[in-house]
Amino acid sequence: MTLPTLNFLAILPLLILVAATLLVLLADLVVRNKRVLTFLGLLAVAASLAAVLLVRPAAPTFQGMTLADELGLFASVAILVATGLALLLALERTSDFTRRPGAYVALLLLATAGMIVMAKASDFITIFLGLEILSLSLYILVGFAQRDARSNEAALKYFLLGAFASGFFLYGMALIYAATGSTNLAEISKGIASHSASLPFAPLLPIGVGLLLVGYGFKLALVPFHMWTPDVYQGAPTSVTAFMSVATKTAAFASLIRVLAAVWSGDRPWLLALAGLAVVTMTLGNLAALRQTSLKRMLAYSSIAHAGYVLTGLAAGNDRGFEGALYYLIAYTFMNLGAFATIQAVQRRDQNDVTTEQITGLSTQRPGLALLMTVFMFALTGMPPLVGFFGKLYVFSGAVQGGMTWLAIVGVINSAIAAYYYLRVTVLMYMGGATAAAGDIPRTGWAVWTTLVITAVATLALGLWQQPWMESIREAVTLLALR
Amino acid sequence: MPEGYLPILVMVIIASAFAVIALGVSALLGPRRHNPAKDEPYESGILPFGDARRRFPIQFYVVAVLFILFDVEIILMYPWAMMARRLGLFGLIQMGIFVAILLVGFVYAWKNDAFKWQ
Repeated sequence: MTLPTLNFLAILPLLILVAATLLVLLADLVVRNKRVLTFLGLLAVAASLAAVLLVRPAAPTFQGMTLADELGLFASVAILVATGLALLLALERTSDFTRRPGAYVALLLLATAGMIVMAKASDFITIFLGLEILSLSLYILVGFAQRDARSNEAALKYFLLGAFASGFFLYGMALIYAATGSTNLAEISKGIASHSASLPFAPLLPIGVGLLLVGYGFKLALVPFHMWTPDVYQGAPTSVTAFMSVATKTAAFASLIRVLAAVWSGDRPWLLALAGLAVVTMTLGNLAALRQTSLKRMLAYSSIAHAGYVLTGLAAGNDRGFEGALYYLIAYTFMNLGAFATIQAVQRRDQNDVTTEQITGLSTQRPGLALLMTVFMFALTGMPPLVGFFGKLYVFSGAVQGGMTWLAIVGVINSAIAAYYYLRVTVLMYMGGATAAAGDIPRTGWAVWTTLVITAVATLALGLWQQPWMESIREAVTLLALR
Repeated sequence: MPEGYLPILVMVIIASAFAVIALGVSALLGPRRHNPAKDEPYESGILPFGDARRRFPIQFYVVAVLFILFDVEIILMYPWAMMARRLGLFGLIQMGIFVAILLVGFVYAWKNDAFKWQ
């Protein structure tokens, strides 16, 4: 019997993360000062990031189960950066809601490992494995504020709907397997290309892809599969929301892009279906966000809208659109994480949310935080020269190039609607009289400041300085080789 | 219709036929003698009480999860034990890593008093 040759170097970033998870759990039993655990987590994230960037094995590895291509690299970096920032964000505030900071760090690392598996997976089995690792970790993280009824409710909701979504995923995968005889994306792509009409169960293929799309829709919070999002994002501890709102999207979109590229036939109906999903997702997200009084809920609806913008890039069906979608993901990672970081900085220690009332007049009490929040709000609106503007520009121009000018117009109208609620936050902070007592806002520690500064600088700099990493994005999309 | 799927179809037909015939024949031919003890949902000798939907201690949940943990461990060990000779050192190391990972979870649960019934 011959044993398979396994290139463990290819999954080195994952090995580091999982080993660190176990180490954190063990250290949690002996270490008194729980902050050490967060630093251990940060160290692991840094090591994993270094492994991602330095060890670049030839793809594919593990019998074609994972790919370490440019797209996987790109998504891994975005996810790891989000994890690092989320760990920093949680450093001073985990004690507000839990007595188990060790488990918190461990689960965050495990979720990250799952996301990277998903982003790099080139086989349905591995995609599902990654999806389950990340989902199970996130279900627990969402309910981590044990004494908060909202957090518990959020965890249960997320768990039930997430399990449901997993069912869709599996059924879709099974049908695609029935149609093409393989779970491997490369094999599936080859099978469709060579004899698509003569495949025995060819009619099952579109049904399978459709079901898969529903599964991704749940994970990405696309309308009409978004119902859980506001409750979960509001109920979860703010640092968890910050993390899951960006990193999950990166992982799931990277995986969706891979799957789409594999089953791609450039069919107009499929693109129109994606475009339709994008339109309802953008519009409903933005309209619902208009009337929220809770900032976390508002950002939850806004995150739905942003998923719609990214989907616009995919619906464009050309390289430009895919590049735009990837650019948007990294842009969104920084600006959204920054916005949630500011919310956490403003929120009271005994609370898990901030109302619009609480930030009224923030500029007089905390000019620094108000200024940073303004930067993030402007970026989310899509003001030049911030990173959000270029994201929208690339995505919409991709749509125009793909012959979907109407979709770009809907997107621009949506951005205008969104400007109302983003800018309202700024207006309240600067022009409203102070209502909240200054003492309510806890002192902002260095770790949170670091997160805020990194995200703010990135929000500015990545818009102005795009050359090197746009090249990486282009290469990622070229390697996908859309037909 | 590919021939590769035919055995599965045959299997499905035989399996369902077996179930239908076995249940159907015993329902048609079997004698029926009802009595109150026999008609209880669980004919176990213990009198049923209350509603099935009631609250029970959350600790059962912890016990159930821990049971799954070790159950899965054993299930994976069986096929490995069958193949241990052929998998050789490679398999032994893999199993060692697997057990070590579970051991960390075990120690963590232990130290967090998961095994104490409070």
